Amino acid sequence: MTNHIPAASLAAYTTGDPALDDTAVWTIEVHLENCPDCRAQLAAVAPEPLTALLDDVQVMIDRGVRTGPEPVRRRAWRRLAHRWAMWSLIPWLVTIVAAVLAAFALDRSFPERPSLVLLLAPVAPLAGMASAWSRRTDPGWEITAGTSRAGLELLLRRTAVILAVVLPPLALAGWRLGTTPALWLLPALTFTAATLLLGGRIGVVRAAAVLGGSWFLVVVAPALVTADMPALIEPSSTPGWVVAAVVGAALAIWRVDDHRRNA
Amino acid sequence: MVRMVTDTELRPSTTAWPVETEQLRVKAGRHLAVDGLDLRLGVGVHGLLGPNGAGKTTLMRALSTVERPSGGRLRLLGEDVTNGRALRPLRSRLGYLPQHFGFYPRFTVREYVEYVAWLREMPRADIPEAVQRAVERVGLTDRADSRLKALSGGMLRRVGIAQAIVNGPAVLLLDEPTVGLDPEQRVEFRTLLRELGQDSCVLVSTHLVEDVVAACSDVVLVDKGRLVWQGVPADLTRLGEQGGVGDSAAERGYSTLLANHRSAA
Repeated sequence: MTNHIPAASLAAYTTGDPALDDTAVWTIEVHLENCPDCRAQLAAVAPEPLTALLDDVQVMIDRGVRTGPEPVRRRAWRRLAHRWAMWSLIPWLVTIVAAVLAAFALDRSFPERPSLVLLLAPVAPLAGMASAWSRRTDPGWEITAGTSRAGLELLLRRTAVILAVVLPPLALAGWRLGTTPALWLLPALTFTAATLLLGGRIGVVRAAAVLGGSWFLVVVAPALVTADMPALIEPSSTPGWVVAAVVGAALAIWRVDDHRRNA
Repeated sequence: MVRMVTDTELRPSTTAWPVETEQLRVKAGRHLAVDGLDLRLGVGVHGLLGPNGAGKTTLMRALSTVERPSGGRLRLLGEDVTNGRALRPLRSRLGYLPQHFGFYPRFTVREYVEYVAWLREMPRADIPEAVQRAVERVGLTDRADSRLKALSGGMLRRVGIAQAIVNGPAVLLLDEPTVGLDPEQRVEFRTLLRELGQDSCVLVSTHLVEDVVAACSDVVLVDKGRLVWQGVPADLTRLGEQGGVGDSAAERGYSTLLANHRSAA
């Protein structure tokens, strides 16, 4: 800006001279926005009533700031918890962690029996997943279900929280029992991916029930009755679990859009 | 305060009707609660009237995209709700207060409204201001930092209204919003409704005929999942002048319409 506003125009502007047309006013205001010198000149030539009015406004704003409500304290960690987890998940997660610890205690007492920790590992995340997206356990379900982030995004966030809570006790138990991580981690991930995949078709709650139920009927119950170690949790089946986990995760990612349609 | 205006806000409306259904069928459990409903709603406040079991709540759930229609067509803001890709942007332009407002008791009013604003994918920078405004509009400013479990039924209902309007929805669905409100709050709520109805499509389901007459620009009467009558409140009142059962002209008009429809069926 090389040309400053002529004193005459500035004076006309401050008094609201009707001879100044819209275009002229607009030019002056654009210049004033970018030129501190001209703003200072404007302040100097401003008539008395205007400066008095501005002072009054300033006093009122200051008073409003002093007497008005305090700005709300930001509670970032609470907001983070609200966006990722759900209060109603807590009892489920406590139950699962307790079950893993109980299984660990039994395994320590009866090392010759089939390992309960390994039998429980695949289905440990499922109970949490079933309750994470269930009409019955989530009181705000009807409101959240119709929102943009519903379905896929909330489900994945909650699944991540569930895995973050369920996997550490499994890891601890597996480490203390001296089993290879592949035997509890891979089945847990495989079943989580399978629940997500099937959940897109028939609903997560039903998917978790079907998968968890089948695992109990086909693998856990016979193992408990016969006291034989099922082949599925022997170290020799690790390659199979690797393939299952990779394929399951890939399919779950591929069919991820199913959850969007499942209103 | 200058803010970015998104292209969705600037896009001209390409549809005549924010809500448009054609032979819509929606199931509630196994029962077909909405059975072949044809409805077109424009901008304004629409009162949804009907006896118990008429399918009002099921219709609201379908319009809020919570329940999938089992047949027919449902277009909201020009988008077909069965189109998975369009659903996410569409949902950020809807507001919904369910009949049973389930809430998280440990949230404060502000946290809850903010959570819903986030769920509806409002721009991050706009959320605090929008939350404050929504809470002020329902008259809960002094309780904004109370936990939801400490609020009375009427206050909770107002929190429900605040969460429904926080994102400035183009289609707002309120299922029995006046339950638990005292007479003074109901009058204030009607004023709010008229304000909201100036530039968005508001559908209010209610049993209170006087609420509809006072605050709505359009009346939709349904029975057994079908549309019985659609018109302006003045017509409902005029019908009531010719007889019928009820304490006010509008109530008599309502009962006359229902009786005529049932005898014709």
